[in-house]
Amino acid sequence: MSEPLILGIETSCDETGVGIVRGRTLLANTIASSMDEHARYGGVVPEVAARAHLEALQPTLEKAVADAGIELADLDGIAVTSGPGLAGALMVGVGAAKALALSLGKPLYAVNHLVGHVSADMLTDGVEPLELPTVALLVSGGHTSLLLVRDIAGDVELLGETIDDAAGEAFDKVARVLGLPYPGGPQIDRAAEGGDPRAIRFPRGLTRASDREKHRFDFSFSGLKTSVARWVEQREAAGEEIPRADVAASFREAVVDVLVTKALDACAEYGVPRLLLGGGVIANRRLRDVARERGAAQGVEVRIPPLDLCTDNGAMIAGLAAELVARGHAPSTLGFGADSTLPVTDIQVAERT
Amino acid sequence: MILAIDTSLGTTVAVVDRATGAILSQADSEGTRGHAEVIGTLIEGALEGAGATPLDIEAVAAGMGPGPFTGLRIGIAAARAFAVGRGIPVVPVVSHDAPALEAIERGEGAPTITTDARRREHAVSAYAGVDADGIPVRTTEPHLEQACDGGGLTERISAGSLGRVAARMLAAGRIPELDEPLYLRAPDAKLPGAPKRVSA
Ligand SMILES: [Zn+2]
Repeated sequence: MSEPLILGIETSCDETGVGIVRGRTLLANTIASSMDEHARYGGVVPEVAARAHLEALQPTLEKAVADAGIELADLDGIAVTSGPGLAGALMVGVGAAKALALSLGKPLYAVNHLVGHVSADMLTDGVEPLELPTVALLVSGGHTSLLLVRDIAGDVELLGETIDDAAGEAFDKVARVLGLPYPGGPQIDRAAEGGDPRAIRFPRGLTRASDREKHRFDFSFSGLKTSVARWVEQREAAGEEIPRADVAASFREAVVDVLVTKALDACAEYGVPRLLLGGGVIANRRLRDVARERGAAQGVEVRIPPLDLCTDNGAMIAGLAAELVARGHAPSTLGFGADSTLPVTDIQVAERT
Repeated sequence: MILAIDTSLGTTVAVVDRATGAILSQADSEGTRGHAEVIGTLIEGALEGAGATPLDIEAVAAGMGPGPFTGLRIGIAAARAFAVGRGIPVVPVVSHDAPALEAIERGEGAPTITTDARRREHAVSAYAGVDADGIPVRTTEPHLEQACDGGGLTERISAGSLGRVAARMLAAGRIPELDEPLYLRAPDAKLPGAPKRVSA
């Protein structure tokens, strides 16, 4: 079987994603988002997300099958995210995937969400296939991780990750400080228009020389958020006008700077001239521009999949499983659960031996 | 045949004969956690126990609660996905209907079903026998009450009984319109106030 037809289910955060691929060809990428329901809470509420997954599951499944123009009976396998992510949200997908696989008599592949983000790039039509090894920077409201991918089906190493907030969360929190609604990413972007990114020098977390040994490739954004809040409070206390465009642009610059600097440092350290970006925060144009610019200056090719494959989606989960099938991996047994802290080294969960 | 799934308390899966209402097999796991881990194995076990293949299943009964959030959803998700896979209908059943049917058949005319809802609350429904189609008649819809001592808690839901209720609903052509799980509680989430000050 050279071109397996796989359906992937992704429910790790606030998007219910069902994707269908044939090998590396994308057939459907159907997504229902509960983002609007979280807006009034100012961030993703796990229970709200989990309820929304259950509601969206059946319609999203049916739409993906219709979009792909396939019959469920033709599938070669079902894939599902086992983790990392929000436990209650993941469990909806896990329960559904097991029952779908059983009802169809098809093998089931439980896979890693973060490694799924990397495989999203392989589903991109009309570009040269992703070369390995590559460094991958995955940034969203739920995770901020730097990976070294030598083999997508067998050798993925975590170089670093956030030790507190995810980058996307920092955008949401700073948006609130500036009185802007959720989600913060696009709001900060809009507010930053015309602002001077060098107006205020906000701190770059874990970039001191003393951090180099233990946290060279880790991230920290909670200090940055506090620093922005303090800066704004001090101006307010003094009765000064807040230069919102400058604050937004300077904050965004601090996030982008630390993300790109550490990712390119990893490329240099491991001698890998390739950087793959993934995750919802990649929608931020400034991040994409700075990564491309500074990557080019350092001789690093920067790969960015189309945005609907960067955000959480089921196609990337199907794509990763298709890679596993192509390399002869056995399906997962039925006994796995949701693992909210699944390490990236566990690319597939509960492979049958 | 009907595949019945309930995860409102433990995890329970059964295969029920649609015409006779006979319980052909049942596979249970009593823990109130680990629903996601065991659901697949239990579905597989229930099918095997009935000597059935997925192709024999004509409808899926889903226990809609009441039940604590996280576990309850897993069974409903599984029921819906199994139904999509086979292109068959889901019959949503109030989980309390299952022990109510058992109690009525034991001779209790008007049973009250009480299950643990955690946080020192109970989920309670009241019944008055069965109607002409043999379906338990609810006189009080599932709701929360403060937990009080005195026992009487139903500790297990049987997917077999749930499937029997579903068989009667199918026979009578009365599929409940019940899309929302009976969580009985709003999500735990606080609306944010003004951002907290960080300066001293
Ligand atoms: Zn993600």
